[in-house]
Amino acid sequence: MSSSMNLNRSLVAGVLSAGLAVMAGCEKPPVDSEQTGYRGTGMQDVDNPRIEAENAALHAAPEARESVSSEGPRAGEIYQNVEVLEDLSVAEFTRLMQSMTEWVAPEQGCTYCHDGKDFASEELYTYQVSRKMLQMTRDVNANWDTHMSDNGVTCYTCHRGENVPSETWFEEPSSPKTQVAAGLGNVQMQNMASDKPAYASLPRDAFERYLLGHEDLTVEGDTVLPTADWSKSLKGTEASYSLMMHMSDSIGGNCTTCHNTGRLGQWDESPVQREISWHGIRMTRDINVNYMLPLEGNQPEARLGPTGDIAKVNCATCHYGRQLPLNGTKMVEDYPGLIGDEDPNFDYMQFGDLGTEGLSGDNG
Amino acid sequence: MAEYQNLFTRVQVRGPSDPGLELPGDGGVRTRSSIHSWLLGKIGDAQLGPIYLGATGAMSIMFGALAIIIIGMNLLAAVDWNPLEFIRQFFWLALEPPPPEYGLSIPPLNDGGWWLIAGFFLTAAIFLWWVRTYNRAKALGLGTHVAWAFAAAIFLYFSIGFIWPVLMGSWSESVPFGIFPHLDWTTAFSLRFGNLYYNPFHMLSIVFLFGSALLFAMHGGTILAAGRYNAEREIEQVTDRGTGAERSALLWRWTMGFNATMESIHRWAYWFAILCVITGGIGILLTGTVVENWYLWGVHHGIAPDYPAEFYTPAVDPAAGGTQ
Repeated sequence: MSSSMNLNRSLVAGVLSAGLAVMAGCEKPPVDSEQTGYRGTGMQDVDNPRIEAENAALHAAPEARESVSSEGPRAGEIYQNVEVLEDLSVAEFTRLMQSMTEWVAPEQGCTYCHDGKDFASEELYTYQVSRKMLQMTRDVNANWDTHMSDNGVTCYTCHRGENVPSETWFEEPSSPKTQVAAGLGNVQMQNMASDKPAYASLPRDAFERYLLGHEDLTVEGDTVLPTADWSKSLKGTEASYSLMMHMSDSIGGNCTTCHNTGRLGQWDESPVQREISWHGIRMTRDINVNYMLPLEGNQPEARLGPTGDIAKVNCATCHYGRQLPLNGTKMVEDYPGLIGDEDPNFDYMQFGDLGTEGLSGDNG
Repeated sequence: MAEYQNLFTRVQVRGPSDPGLELPGDGGVRTRSSIHSWLLGKIGDAQLGPIYLGATGAMSIMFGALAIIIIGMNLLAAVDWNPLEFIRQFFWLALEPPPPEYGLSIPPLNDGGWWLIAGFFLTAAIFLWWVRTYNRAKALGLGTHVAWAFAAAIFLYFSIGFIWPVLMGSWSESVPFGIFPHLDWTTAFSLRFGNLYYNPFHMLSIVFLFGSALLFAMHGGTILAAGRYNAEREIEQVTDRGTGAERSALLWRWTMGFNATMESIHRWAYWFAILCVITGGIGILLTGTVVENWYLWGVHHGIAPDYPAEFYTPAVDPAAGGTQ
């Protein structure tokens, strides 16, 4: 009798602890949900107010430095080797340099990028990186208003006080050597727990395909009946789906942020966020191909990934889990030096859709 | 000799093992031993065994074991033979079908070849097990209903894993062997073909699935409720008045006017369960082969409504100019 009671007790204990283990990954309710689409479509924005409160500091923009005069001699006339910010006044230039230090290298200070004896020296790789990043910031602020409207970005949008933004990605080796040697175990760049597809078992090479390369993300055919010229594999669908998981995750949204999920492919039943995100994908290609890849050669080994590639950007690099990075604070308004000149030939269809002129790697 | 009895009772009766019917010609292929388990007695008959294995059963278990070993070794190799990592990653891991470029050709072992072999062995094991259910039913002088119900489930399995990929012209379209990966495949299938919910055969399959659950609850509930009148002894009960059988029929006649009979309720359950997988299989086979986009198909046939863009500004395809 007592042995069966013990058995019953251990069964109950086992079931309870298994249940708790399953629940460990859940957020504590309640959550706030807001209807974002027609009734019955399930379109909702879901937020957990406690997690939001915990992360509030990450999403707060720092105070702008006191504004300074734009009069007086230009930085390019006074300082040597100023290529990007030469049109700023000396005061504006100094103010921006001080802000950049706070945003990117608050602990190391000026000498993180500059040779302490010769500020014009290009010796340090960080100097060259920051010049490229300035060009990038000015370019995207000037040309990608289809994605950012007039919100714009500054160094802080990505860096948040870190030398390297904490949300970046590297390529992964396609198969560990042991699998090749054993002749089995090839999981084809998917089916491993990873934050890249937001812990789905989906492919982990979606960034390579869509944010560095420009493979077509569309998987649904737009005809009722099959046609000979539309054949997309389910594996390709999984890769596209993987990027979608990353996008939802990095903006703290879900599928319905951009889609009426009953008819994912229909543009006219999608919220405008889908269009904004579409441009975001192209902007990310622009950044990775034209600004990150050219810097790969001068990176020290410690900055490179497992396959020797440079850290690259994805949606989370700016968004950090928010639909509007830094809650939509228009930081860049206080730093006009970070807005470049609009490119008259700029065409967002040239980032992999109608052509690839925008991805030639020689922008800026 | 002990006699098989089925009683609704919380008391476990424990006697000598019952070897079952003597059947001509198969005495030697049943295992000799049987054991009793108190825990099994909680959910069914406390007696475990003897079991009839036979040639098909033995081969089925062998092929099934081979399939599981191939899948298991591949998953272990994927985590570099680390058992802890194997447990941690278990729900994510999978043996994947070949990439699309191989079409229906035979791929290298480590690029989908193992998947093809494991799939073959698993299918062989399932088919052999089917033969076994058919033969055992025949040997016992029963109808072959269970075998055909199982065949319906095999039809769905075979449609998804083999017939449909062949129709689509590529092994890559088939399902990976893995917990999360096969669920991701399912979602990808719906994403790729414009939302499976607009597929009428998927709708039917859901009706039969939920209907099966409903029927199961109604039938199970009725029989348990009439158990106190020994309603499980159907033959004696149907002919007499005031029995559990009559009361369970009256329960439904008085609550909804109509009642199934002791026989027909099992036909209801049988066909609901079978049609769930048959309609599901048809729905899969029509997808991508006959219909490209189920949502657009639904629009074409007037079953998909237009939803107004309430609460949001609608997007415009940037390739068609966009809103900006």
